[in-house]
Amino acid sequence: MSDSDHTHETAPVTRFKAPTRLDYTVTAAAVTADFLRHILEQRLVGRRCPVCAKVYLPPRGVCPTCAVRCHEQVEAGHAGTIDTFSVVRIPFEGQVLEPPYVCARILIDGTDAPLLHIVGEIAPEEVTLGMRVEAVWDDRPLPTLARVRYFRPEGGTP
Amino acid sequence: MIPTAVIGIGQTRHAAKRPDVSMPGLVREAALRALEDAGLTFADIDAVVLGKAPDMFEGVVQPELFLAEALGAVGKPMFRVHTAGSVGGSTAVVAAHHVSSGVHKRVLTVAYEKQSESNAMWALSQPFPFLPPVSAGAGGYFAPVIRAYIDRAKAPDHIGWQVAVKDRQHGALNPCAHLQLPDITLEQVKASPLLWDPIRYLETCPSSDGAVAMVLSSDASTCRNPAWVLGTSVRSEPLLFAGRDEVNPRAGQLCGADCYAEAGVTPDQLDCAELYVPFSWYEPMWLENLGLFESGWRAVDAGHTKLGGRLPINPSGGVMCSNPIGASGMLRFAEAARQVRGTADAHQVDGARLAMGHAYGGGSQFFAAWIVGSTRP
Amino acid sequence: MRRVHVQGVGRLPPAVRNVPSYATGPAWDEPQWSVAGPDGPELLTPAALDEAEMVQAVTAAALADAGLSRDDVGFICSGSNDYHQGRPFSFVMALDGVGCWPPKRESHVEMDGAFALYEAWVRLQHGDVDVALVYAYGRSSLGPTDEVLSLQLDPYFLAPLGPPPIALAGLQAQALVDAGLATEADFAAVVARAWRAAADDLYTSVSAELVEDRMLLHPAVASPLRAHDQASFADGAAAVVLVAEGAGPAIEGIAHCIDPMDFGTRDLTTSRSARLAHAAAGGGIPEVAELHLRFSPEALILRDALGLEEALVDPTGGTLPSDVPMVSGLTRVIAATEHVRGGAGRALAHCTAGPCLQQNLVTLLVAP
Ligand SMILES: [Zn+2]
Repeated sequence: MSDSDHTHETAPVTRFKAPTRLDYTVTAAAVTADFLRHILEQRLVGRRCPVCAKVYLPPRGVCPTCAVRCHEQVEAGHAGTIDTFSVVRIPFEGQVLEPPYVCARILIDGTDAPLLHIVGEIAPEEVTLGMRVEAVWDDRPLPTLARVRYFRPEGGTP
Repeated sequence: MIPTAVIGIGQTRHAAKRPDVSMPGLVREAALRALEDAGLTFADIDAVVLGKAPDMFEGVVQPELFLAEALGAVGKPMFRVHTAGSVGGSTAVVAAHHVSSGVHKRVLTVAYEKQSESNAMWALSQPFPFLPPVSAGAGGYFAPVIRAYIDRAKAPDHIGWQVAVKDRQHGALNPCAHLQLPDITLEQVKASPLLWDPIRYLETCPSSDGAVAMVLSSDASTCRNPAWVLGTSVRSEPLLFAGRDEVNPRAGQLCGADCYAEAGVTPDQLDCAELYVPFSWYEPMWLENLGLFESGWRAVDAGHTKLGGRLPINPSGGVMCSNPIGASGMLRFAEAARQVRGTADAHQVDGARLAMGHAYGGGSQFFAAWIVGSTRP
Repeated sequence: MRRVHVQGVGRLPPAVRNVPSYATGPAWDEPQWSVAGPDGPELLTPAALDEAEMVQAVTAAALADAGLSRDDVGFICSGSNDYHQGRPFSFVMALDGVGCWPPKRESHVEMDGAFALYEAWVRLQHGDVDVALVYAYGRSSLGPTDEVLSLQLDPYFLAPLGPPPIALAGLQAQALVDAGLATEADFAAVVARAWRAAADDLYTSVSAELVEDRMLLHPAVASPLRAHDQASFADGAAAVVLVAEGAGPAIEGIAHCIDPMDFGTRDLTTSRSARLAHAAAGGGIPEVAELHLRFSPEALILRDALGLEEALVDPTGGTLPSDVPMVSGLTRVIAATEHVRGGAGRALAHCTAGPCLQQNLVTLLVAP
């Protein structure tokens, strides 16, 4: 519909809204489905590349540097080290979490590439590079990476 | 390879909203200016190469189709490139290769974004099933990388503020620039709110509507001051892999190295460069990545990258002043060409003969660059 | 111009999803996709693979077919579309499948893979690389393909009206009928022949049958077109290895061209852009042609525009029984390559984009 006022019939239409809605059904491929099944059991299981031996979590169907499929499943730890992070303080449309929140790249023990997740139970300004953090599981059986509600400083808030 | 020159350049006035033009009107504004600069018309053009960032930014699928008429492409080849944020640069490279390969003689290349007709932050941050809802736009993605650079390089906080001020001072000399902040101060940048800690509001680029166009040709006989394409490169690496150095990505290093080798020049021979800097900290990062300075932040601190400095970076004001995303990369390439043509007006680097244009995209993984010069290869 | 050869090809059989409800016979089998398993090849259903795995399967197959390795590749170019995948930058994760490390010279087009092949061909003419790897993938089953295609239309005047692709193709079909150039029976004959041919094709797993004289009993969806006149969408992926001065079928010419989108400003009974693209690619009459059809009337228009009176058209069944958006154009090149490998002297591959054959790309392949 036109935003312009219909009573001003001589005013040109300069803008109109044309909302579009498209529904997609996203399927989890087998590798992701395995990962999600494990996460329901509160396990973090990655996959190892048969060529470079690197472990990815979430698992990758194909090693991004070797272009071979990865089959071997590897149990990872529930704790890790903050590789780097930022504090999101800006609100935006469609945002799920309330700012400010800490978004971190966490190198989970037993894996070789960082996982992007949230750090909680700590004031944003207290978070440091190299900080050890551990997973806090959500009680709800969510088949997504949100099954880990967030990571918190290992052994509680410092 | 056939020597290829930029013989016409045009760009729009960039602004947060350009409600005075439709998308076809926007791209046409840039294209007609480029053609006028080249002394040509649409009839002289053999092919059109269009670049823009994700279709979801404006909600039009494969917009090259409906823009064919506006760009005079009817009855000709119309090509569309998309390589994320680097797309403007990649598009210029693809267009240059259309000429250097001998496939076409004169190519019009155009890049645009009309961010006001959609919501880029939304398009960049859609929660995807199975993943935690941590996406927070480009700033949310790059802020941790910037933090890692600051930590690694032991850079003081004021470097980011300095670039933010310097680029806005440059942009104040460029009437096409979106942000016009001639009186901006370090204190203002420092006092502006943190959006994605450590990135402050005034250390970020704006969201713009805008377009840019160039005419590339193997025939520069009608052009008084062509910019010759001396070296080009597009290099990519995967988004996420074990041991990846995202602060100083290998694909970026190789992209620069390819250009220097193809152009037969060394970085210290450049007179200026237009680098893709959407957050102020990326200037020192790319200076190091491209081998322009050993310590990027020290070069900034010493004032080497200001107009009048040793290697002026983004004399046009860069992405920090205008960011029509899909066009931002090509603007860097076009501004580099303007410098060596001597047509950069108030932001001209005196006597510039060799300049680099650069763009990056995705998670610092897609790189495009070219080196242009005033002398025919 | 350097002579460029198609030295290797790889593809996943299209996973078809919407055959006309009145097709008879065993509808179709969901194809199994063969990928590298822990102990040799394994067969998986299409839904079991993500985009990177699809790309891995086809690029590895194409390189093996070419007798080359990843290290030999100087340039990579791919084609895909975010709206079909339902997420922005969908090509970024797909890049994992090709192993772009150490960093490669790489590019992407938001177009069919046939256009990625065009960019790779241009790059090989530029002359700094000798081997290019081209791939395309499409998983249109994730989203509403017709609605996505409607978003190609002019956003100010046409897209808000939301005409489905078959409505626009109906305009084109009606123009043919009105001009006395075709009848609804002609359209049905094209479809029936395509499905018959596809049933015999190695790579098309559809085996449904459409009986010509019964097809016309079904109601029109967008007069004069019926459901069967529209291609069945499918998921799939394909890859091609191009080599300069190498072996394999050679690209004699490749060119593309665009018409205005506006239906009112062009003669819908023909395709000027297809004719111009064909001429720019070298013209002449091929022995065999593989067309990218989204609607049956397009076969009649292209037969005329591309000069195919004498040619064998779509012996594989073509894309009416299985159209993989963003991939079909590249699989036409693969089908044409296989015709030349099988003895054809000259084969044409076609790709189209936009409503009513707006944009067309023609590749002519000849024996080396
Ligand atoms: Zn590996």
